[in-house]
Amino acid sequence: MNLRSIHTLWIAAVLVVLPFLFEDFTVFQINLMLVYAIAVLGLNVLTGYGGQISLGHGAFYAIGAYTAAVLMEHAQMSAYMTLPIAGLISLVAGILVGFPALRLAGHYLALATFALAMAIPQLLKYDSFEHYTGGVQGLVLMKPEVPFEFELFGQELNDDRWLYYFILLVGTFIFWVCSNLMKGRIGRAIMAIREQPIAAGALGINLAAVKTMTFGLSAAITGIAGALGAVTVAYVAPDSFLAFLSISILVGAVVGGLGTIWGALFGAAFIQFIPNVADEISKSAPWAVYGAILIALIYVAPGGVMGLLRKLKKGDTA
Amino acid sequence: MDGFLLQVFSGLASGSIYALVALALVMIYQSTHHINLAQGEMAMFATFIAWALIQAGVSYWIAFFLTIGIAFVGGVLVQRIFIKPVERAPVLNNVIVFVGLLVIFNAMAGWIFDHVVKSFDSPFPTQSPVLNSYISGHQLGTVGVTFGVVVVVYSFFRFTPIGLAMRAAAQNPDSAALVGIRVSWMLALGWGLAASIGSVAGMMAAPVLFLDPNLMAGVLLYGFAAALLGGIDNAFGAIVGGLLVGVIENILGAYVIGNDLKLTVALVLIVGTLTLMPNGLFGKNVVTRV
Amino acid sequence: MKLLEVKDLNAWYGSTQALFGVSFELEKGGITTILGANGAGKTTTLRAMCQTVKTSGDVSFDGHTISGESTDKIVRLGMAHVPDGRGTFTGLTVEENLRLGAYSRTDKDGVAEDMERMFERFPRLKERIHQQAGTLSGGEQQMLAISRALMLRPNLLLLDEPSFGLAPLVVQEIFDHLRAINETDHVSMLLVEQNASLALNLADQAYLLETGKVVLSGPAAEIRADESVRKAYLGY
Repeated sequence: MNLRSIHTLWIAAVLVVLPFLFEDFTVFQINLMLVYAIAVLGLNVLTGYGGQISLGHGAFYAIGAYTAAVLMEHAQMSAYMTLPIAGLISLVAGILVGFPALRLAGHYLALATFALAMAIPQLLKYDSFEHYTGGVQGLVLMKPEVPFEFELFGQELNDDRWLYYFILLVGTFIFWVCSNLMKGRIGRAIMAIREQPIAAGALGINLAAVKTMTFGLSAAITGIAGALGAVTVAYVAPDSFLAFLSISILVGAVVGGLGTIWGALFGAAFIQFIPNVADEISKSAPWAVYGAILIALIYVAPGGVMGLLRKLKKGDTA
Repeated sequence: MDGFLLQVFSGLASGSIYALVALALVMIYQSTHHINLAQGEMAMFATFIAWALIQAGVSYWIAFFLTIGIAFVGGVLVQRIFIKPVERAPVLNNVIVFVGLLVIFNAMAGWIFDHVVKSFDSPFPTQSPVLNSYISGHQLGTVGVTFGVVVVVYSFFRFTPIGLAMRAAAQNPDSAALVGIRVSWMLALGWGLAASIGSVAGMMAAPVLFLDPNLMAGVLLYGFAAALLGGIDNAFGAIVGGLLVGVIENILGAYVIGNDLKLTVALVLIVGTLTLMPNGLFGKNVVTRV
Repeated sequence: MKLLEVKDLNAWYGSTQALFGVSFELEKGGITTILGANGAGKTTTLRAMCQTVKTSGDVSFDGHTISGESTDKIVRLGMAHVPDGRGTFTGLTVEENLRLGAYSRTDKDGVAEDMERMFERFPRLKERIHQQAGTLSGGEQQMLAISRALMLRPNLLLLDEPSFGLAPLVVQEIFDHLRAINETDHVSMLLVEQNASLALNLADQAYLLETGKVVLSGPAAEIRADESVRKAYLGY
């Protein structure tokens, strides 16, 4: 067995026992972090790889979350089954947004997606939809049941720990798919369009199709994250999906490193755990930290954590 | 008919506030080709400063003009410190800086002034001296103040040497440099002016929308819609756009969709204008196509 | 005294070097022309004078070292630049364009006086005083651009291809004006031109640039007279 495989086995082993190493509440937070990682990955596909700025990814997260919630509440569907449907509906939403986005770039796209992010909570509260969405109160959900009893290191396999494995599975799958996609022809096409759209078109890449599909894919990934998030928190309500959610996802993407796959993990860790620390200071403090870090990163380390790591690696081998 | 007129006048009053925000956006766009996403939060923060001054015992109009001055300085500083370093960076970097500013201003307001909603009194009498069945004193005052701002800004650009220099720097920075204009400082001035105008919008909005860190979020969205509708590079368009959007918002709200989906209306206006009429009503050569 | 002394000038656009060790000088009251084909580096040379591109080397203007100075300081020292394509503020009126030329001046009366003189010299500008500059014809825009530069009351006028895109008669008129401006107002000129015969008729000194280097220099009259040089380097 070579070093690489040992490495991978080690990591896998840690991941498997991880939830039993921590308290219940910490496991819940880890779950959320993984969910955010998937959401951030979605945005990264669009903005990091594709170069299309979205300040509205919270909208797709919300769509995924509400799809799952509505299906669980009104169709008695199990949480697991809602995922593919949430993904599909988010995919469609992404394509629908992607169409008008074809004509927009830079500030205008940022503006339009920001408007989307701000309009979503109001739409979710709209009384005509109240029967389905639960209006302002939202919907309370049930986490999937733990199928068997188990204990390790003194911690029992509760619903959060069970959910952890599900999220881990889905997350690993999505990361693996994205990683392969971005390394392959599709990823190259997406990046070509970001760098030199005219040249890309001349090379025969169908800009409209690729760009719209990128939007769709990105929305689908974030939508699935939203569905997972809804199950993790066991609750959806319009005010959980304010514009600031979109900004959080963006912060996560920038901190982790735009245009990277694994940066999403660092970014998610950042947006999940910073508020815990900063909250002590003031309710607004996390946001002040977000803003300051966003700006500082752009000046000093636009490549985010992954960018810094790469530089360090290069420095080592230089 | 009466009800309709009421909505129209009311729309013109709120439209004046949108017009001011739109004007601030256009001002920054004209000189830098960037859209200042943080415009609303900067205006909100300035309004909190005005509130603090009034709480400290300063009379309204003195606080009003002091705030405009402070906002001006603030705008210049923001441009010099935060925007200038990314002047030549890719658009994405700029957008992220704007988002960062938006977040910081919002957070600072919440941190310093807390999230409890505050009342902000209007300096105008409750009853309007004219048309008082259609319009309140504050609404009339808002329209009047907006008109005053427009006149001052127009005169500044049309008749003063610095105003001319700013116009020149915005239109053709290379040639402006060749006549000895320090283009970089003209950009900073543009930001200062935009911040001042924004602060007036905030101070006019606060009595109606009540003062908390979320004061300008919705207003900003309408300001965007107004600026785009009028033509993002056209100041006159910004005013017309603002008034139009205000009236549309009110008419739609009263007769078509109710008051619950106002932000969706803004979204539709924004996306609609960007895709169907990218130059707006009065703009020219605005590049939105990729 | 030399008004302009340039020694070993290098210039870059980003990381691409465009000028390699260029040296030339200009006497007070003189007209020097820089000739060369497209891409030779003529426009770059003028931009280097105003420091709107990255440079290294010694540039001295009116006794002051200007390498590394900011453009607005150089303008205030009395260097006015009529860029290629005229650089008119097309969205502003003729009058506003002229006023901008005098932006850095503080003598209001002198400015008013100069504006009158511009109108005397170019009556067509006075006719169009409140018109948007972008609506003027090519020749009128060139006159406007030159007038705008002159509103600075410059010691040195930099001109980048003033003949470009204009009809021969109009070009002749403009060059006649340039000669008059040089003789009566004693404005020195650094003229970049592709039209070598026009330039050599006007200038007293000439330099020829090829891919960023000076390959020929001397009194304009000599170069004009030397047929073999003209044929080899200037194509006529």
